[in-house]
Amino acid sequence: MEVDQLQRSFLEYTNSLFRFLDGQFGQLQLLQDESNPEFVFEVVSLFFEDSERILNDLTLALDQQNVDFKKIDAHVHQFKGSSSSIGAQRVRNACIAFRNFCEGQNVEACRRCLQQVKQEYLLVKTKLEALLRLEQQILAAGGVIPMLDS
Amino acid sequence: MAKNGVFSRLRRLDRAEGVDDFSTCNDSHEVHVLAVDDSLVDRKVIERLLKITSCKVTAVDSGRRALQFLGLDEEEKSVGFDGLKVDLIITDYCMPGMTGYELLKKIKGSSTFREIPVVIMSSENILTRIDRCLEEGAEDFIVKPVKLSDVKRLKSCMFGGNRIQKQDKGLNKRKLQDNSGVPLSPTLDDDDDVSSSPSPPSISSPSLPRSFSSLPSSPSSPTPPDSPTRLLKTSDEEE
Repeated sequence: MEVDQLQRSFLEYTNSLFRFLDGQFGQLQLLQDESNPEFVFEVVSLFFEDSERILNDLTLALDQQNVDFKKIDAHVHQFKGSSSSIGAQRVRNACIAFRNFCEGQNVEACRRCLQQVKQEYLLVKTKLEALLRLEQQILAAGGVIPMLDS
Repeated sequence: MAKNGVFSRLRRLDRAEGVDDFSTCNDSHEVHVLAVDDSLVDRKVIERLLKITSCKVTAVDSGRRALQFLGLDEEEKSVGFDGLKVDLIITDYCMPGMTGYELLKKIKGSSTFREIPVVIMSSENILTRIDRCLEEGAEDFIVKPVKLSDVKRLKSCMFGGNRIQKQDKGLNKRKLQDNSGVPLSPTLDDDDDVSSSPSPPSISSPSLPRSFSSLPSSPSSPTPPDSPTRLLKTSDEEE
C-alpha cells in the first residue's frame, strides 16, 4: 500500500476514535518524535499490562466472601487514573460510575460495573491495537506518522 | 539556606546575573526534576513530558523512595547523591503509603530541602485539597492528566525570567502564614461544592485553573472541549 493511502487511513481511523479517545491521546502523540518513535506504543503497552493486572485484582476482590470495598475502590481509582492519562475516556467514565457503586457497597452492582469496565477496556484495546498496527504499516512503508490537527 | 547545596543555585545565579535562558545555566546545568508517582503509566508520561522540555528526570514510585533518593529517609541513609541536585519535585497526590501531601510536609519540614519547589498533581480538582497543599508550601497544583503545556508553563514560570516574581509570591505567602498562623485562604468543608470553578487562593489565574500559579504570560490555552468539561465533570470525592 502507498504511504499516503496508509496515512489517510490512519487519520480517518484516528478521527473515528473520538468517542473512545479524548484529547489526552493527542497529547501522547505530541510526545512522539524521531528521538522517541515508539513512545505511544510503549505507553499503550504499559497501559494494557497495568489494566490487565488491575482487572484481575478486581475480579479476585469481588469474588471474596467478604468483599473489601475500600480495596476495590483503590483499584478502580488507579484504573481511572491510568485510563485518563492515555485518553481512554469511556473506560475512565465507567470507572467513575464504578466508584459510585463502591460507595453503596453493593456487590452485585459492583460486579456489573466490573463487566462494564472490562467491556470498555476491551473495546479501546482493540481500537488502539488497530491504530498502532496502522502506524507500523506507515513506518514500514517508509512514511512518517501524520500529526493530527489539535 | 540549603546546607549541602542539594537545591540548585540556579535561582540565586539567575537573580545575580540576569540569565533568562531556562534550559541551561551555569555550566549547562539542566533542571533536574524528581518525579513521584505510583502509576506506571503516569510515570512514563511525566518522564517524557519533562525530558521533552529539556529536564533531567529521576522518576520514583513512592514518597518513601523519593525521601530515600534525597537522603531524607530515616531508616535508610542514602549516601553519595551529592552529584544530583534536585531543582524541582513533582508528585502525585494519591499514593499508597505516603501521600503526596505527606511527602510535601516532610520536604518543607526539612531545613535542607525545604527550598526545593514542590508541585502536586492530582486527578481530583478539589478546592480543599488544593488549598491544603498550597498552604503547606506547594508551588503549584496541576490537575491530571498532565499536558505538555502544563509542564512547559511550569518550567518557564519556575526557571524562566519571570521566576523571581513568582518566587517572592511564594515566599511571602509562607511568611505570612508563619507570622500570623492564620491560613491565607478560607477553609471549606469537604461537603462544599467542589466541581464548580474554584477561585484559586491568592494567585491570579487567567481563566480555568488547571493549575494555580499560572502567570498569564504563556498562551497555552486548553482546547475548548477540555476546559469546560474539566470543571463540570463530576470529580468524584473521596475520603
